[in-house]
Amino acid sequence: MKAGHRDHPNYWAFVLHRVSGVLLALFLPVHFQVLYLAIKKASAFDGFLAWAEMPMVKLAETVLILLLAAHLTGGLRLLALEFLPWRDGQKTIVALTGGISLVIGLVYLLNAA
Amino acid sequence: MSGDTLTVSVWRGDGDVGRYQEFEVPRQESQTVLDVVTYIQRHIDPTLSYRFACRVGVCGSCAMTVNGKPRWTCRTHVSKVAGDGRLEVAPLRNLQVIKDLSVDMTDFFDKWARAEGRFQGAQTRDDDFAQVSPDSPKRRRASAGIECIGCGVCYASCDVVAWNQDYLGPAALNRAWTLVNDVRDIADKQRLKAVAGDAGCHACHSQQGCVERCVKHLNPTQSIAGLKRATALAALKGELE
Repeated sequence: MKAGHRDHPNYWAFVLHRVSGVLLALFLPVHFQVLYLAIKKASAFDGFLAWAEMPMVKLAETVLILLLAAHLTGGLRLLALEFLPWRDGQKTIVALTGGISLVIGLVYLLNAA
Repeated sequence: MSGDTLTVSVWRGDGDVGRYQEFEVPRQESQTVLDVVTYIQRHIDPTLSYRFACRVGVCGSCAMTVNGKPRWTCRTHVSKVAGDGRLEVAPLRNLQVIKDLSVDMTDFFDKWARAEGRFQGAQTRDDDFAQVSPDSPKRRRASAGIECIGCGVCYASCDVVAWNQDYLGPAALNRAWTLVNDVRDIADKQRLKAVAGDAGCHACHSQQGCVERCVKHLNPTQSIAGLKRATALAALKGELE
């Protein structure tokens, strides 16, 4: 049976929020590892910084920023939906959160280049 | 119109065991999906089970899954959903199938009762009519959700219902919200308690499939968001103890 009831922007936003949350949680240990290097192992950290200058790593970082921006704007959207007076045009708000996330990702990429 | 006949796949079976059976149905002008199902039962296979009553979008008994989406079949024109001359008709999702296209609505309506969906007033027939201004905010909020016909389309569109069998669902919570805004009703505290639990309003993920599909263009997500705020406020005041 087709799942036609899921074919709308608010559902896509729900999936994006979930997936970005899981991926960010998976990234956290790596983040802490780098923090550990910065504090405890200066030479290894310098090596990491050099590695992080590679274009592919910059691109991967941009994806990370996109995930972070999508999760942040999506979370703010949900908080507003649940705790502020209702606003019609929820799909427009979903589009806005998507647009803002893309802009944030693009700005990061331009600065990284 | 796309040809003289429609190819219709109809779910046949009871419970989880069944299969799709194909029928050829003559195409007619202004034909609804309910017309198609009725044609099959009256002219091809009288053993086909389905449910309907009013045929005009009032009673809420003919909802089915049409080409993957829950819809009220009596108000769904074939021309709108079967562009390629094919229809797939299945029972509503998230409800136990009795046979073919008929589902058991017991769970659905039991949840209305669990959400304290019954009006409880304090006045008797000897009291005067309650005066409720149509412009008051509470009356407006109640009016926004009150036209529900109980068809179960929102319930079938909701993934949270599919994931959590106890979840009260969009229709029952929408009903609770209309009563929370009914100034004549005196059961708000127990109602907010009833909808504040794990299976209540806070289980909603705001996916808004219910809003997307509601045949009456109601907004259960808005009602549920209202309940989320009301229960949060009640919890802060210690009224949910």
